[in-house]
Amino acid sequence: MTTEYFNDIGLEKNLHLYKQLVLLRRFEERVYFQYMQGEIPGTLHQYHGQEAVAVGVCDHLSKTDWITSTHRPHGHALAKGVSPRAAMAELYAKATGCCKAKGGSMHLGDPEVGMLPAIAIVGGGNTIVTGLGLAFKMRRSEQVAVCFFGDGATNEGAFHEGLNFAAVQKMPIVFVCENNLYGASTPYHAVSPITDVADRACAYGVPAQIVDGMDVLAVHQAAQEAIASARGGSGPVLLECKTYRYIGHSRSDARHYRTREEEAAWAAKDPIPRLGNMLIESRQVSQSDLDAIEHEIESVLDDAVEFARNSPEPTPEQAVMDIFA
Amino acid sequence: MTQMIDEQQVATQRKLTIAEALREGIAEEMRRDESVFLIGEDIGIEGGFGGAFGVYLGLTDEFGHDRIVDTPISEKVIAGAATGAAMMGMRPIADMQYADFLFECMDELVNQAAKMRYMSGGKVRVPMVMRAPVGATARGAQHGQCPESYFIHVPGLKVVCVSDAYHAKGILKSAVRDDNPVLIFEHKLLYGSKGRASAGGLDLTAYVPEEEYLFPIGKAVIKREGRDVTIVATHISLYRSMQVATELAQAGIECEVIDPITLNPFDKETLFASVQKTGRLVIVHEDTLTGGWGAEVAALVAEHCLFYLEAPIKRVATFDTVLPAAPSLEQVVVPTVERIKATILSLFD
Ligand SMILES: Cc1ncc(C[n+]2csc(CCOP(=O)(O)OP(=O)(O)O)c2C)c(N)n1
Ligand SMILES: [Mg+2]
Repeated sequence: MTTEYFNDIGLEKNLHLYKQLVLLRRFEERVYFQYMQGEIPGTLHQYHGQEAVAVGVCDHLSKTDWITSTHRPHGHALAKGVSPRAAMAELYAKATGCCKAKGGSMHLGDPEVGMLPAIAIVGGGNTIVTGLGLAFKMRRSEQVAVCFFGDGATNEGAFHEGLNFAAVQKMPIVFVCENNLYGASTPYHAVSPITDVADRACAYGVPAQIVDGMDVLAVHQAAQEAIASARGGSGPVLLECKTYRYIGHSRSDARHYRTREEEAAWAAKDPIPRLGNMLIESRQVSQSDLDAIEHEIESVLDDAVEFARNSPEPTPEQAVMDIFA
Repeated sequence: MTQMIDEQQVATQRKLTIAEALREGIAEEMRRDESVFLIGEDIGIEGGFGGAFGVYLGLTDEFGHDRIVDTPISEKVIAGAATGAAMMGMRPIADMQYADFLFECMDELVNQAAKMRYMSGGKVRVPMVMRAPVGATARGAQHGQCPESYFIHVPGLKVVCVSDAYHAKGILKSAVRDDNPVLIFEHKLLYGSKGRASAGGLDLTAYVPEEEYLFPIGKAVIKREGRDVTIVATHISLYRSMQVATELAQAGIECEVIDPITLNPFDKETLFASVQKTGRLVIVHEDTLTGGWGAEVAALVAEHCLFYLEAPIKRVATFDTVLPAAPSLEQVVVPTVERIKATILSLFD
């Protein structure tokens, strides 16, 4: 099925998706490295492993569409079009960051590309996004809002209130749950009596689909239909993307709550070689083409790190500016 | 502003209740600006309440259900949707049936609405209004609190208390046009016309001109001038303080009564000028005592005007208790005329 979709969307699109996956992955690897060098303050919630979700969904959005994100926003930001420079500088807490160093890792975002500052309160975006949907609907603007959230958010009241209100108002919203099996150290099954988040959508009359979140083409295809439906006025859709974070929840997590076998099983589904192999098997692309993409991304990230390092610190006055408009 | 209104004009021109004035202000803003809309529970349903206190009655006829959005009983969604829509350039006026329910949406107000501008490095605006009725009215512990002090503690929120029709309308219109989240607290006993018995049978209508006007956020009003003691009070406590001022005048004590209207940002200039003149300060609010906004006002005056003071700063507030249901007990805990009066007199011993 994915092979068919691979053929449908054409080489250029597949290469673009591949490049985006590589960008998100290598960005996180670089960020981790620079963090360990002591160049990045604070903590990090990283996106390794989940790239197919952000890439597959955001590829259908234009700059005038909006997303809300979570405490794990680096991948969403890059996929929605925040530049690697502006994102890296924000992580470096520099004045040139996309939020002028006042947002930081957990609040990455940029209204100029249609991303609110990420919301690090679990479930926080699930009510806020209804305001986006309401505004788009009132203005008949044909914009769409996408709300990214984790499995952990589905046990917050906000998840239920947001989904219900979006549904009753037929809002142009796609709710994208990234079910990576854990909320911090807690397995989803330990705190939820159901296996699939998607099952919750029927309580609100919302169509839902379970998607292989390790397959960028599966996400891309599901998101295309969901976004078109929401944009067309049929109301919200929920996508549950089954995925996995390869690294710890945040920087201090030794992952004793899960097995190395489980981690290996998910790593075997990695979205990057999966699409890479399809590209090579299609005979339209060679390994050296893929290597060239790696090199290109590497220089983008070299540039982003240099930019961040050389950028000025925010001036002290900034600490008390931008509180009120 | 109020003081400057010609007395004769007042006598011949129309008087409105707070509910009527708010309704008129909302309608004017909705006519003026397409992006203004209402959102809340029981606000636009045909045959419904027109809001818990009837403020929106009739508005659906003019503006329709597209601009008067009835929500489920989901306070998180009311505040969240208002915040989200505001960031998209709309100007929502959100309605909380009772201020007590604001605790349901503390995250949306405190973590989201108040912080989005800052977290974005100044790139987003959150031009929303949230209206919430406060005040003890024999409904017990969960329908009578005055929670405005929780919100003055939050950088990024503006907090307003309206106590008369003229200023209610004027500041509501300013709040709608403000590019920040503004919470407007209204007292349940002050909405109506001829004053409910529990409001002391007050005439609660006020002169409201036909012509458009705005009243600015951040500006206090001197309701009564006096040289002996400054009283800062809001809502029903303001009316009780005015009554005390009238009574004490007969005893030769001249009270200066200030309605701060905006609690954050506070009009320090008017406050300090008054205290420097009178040398005494009493703050009266129906919020509970500990950590109430009166404590902040007291601290401001202690920091800036200590050497002008001739007596200790006093606060008259609801006692630190859960609100009782029994009307007799309720009157024990809220600031009454007697308690305000006794407190002021204690400063002249
Ligand atoms: C309201 C709230 N409660 C708790 C936390 C602390 N916390 C941060 S992330 C997290 C786990 C979230 O899990 P999930 O939603 O599945 O997202 P994931 O981390 O897996 O991406 C927790 C408990 C928080 N940020 N907000
Ligand atoms: Mg999770």
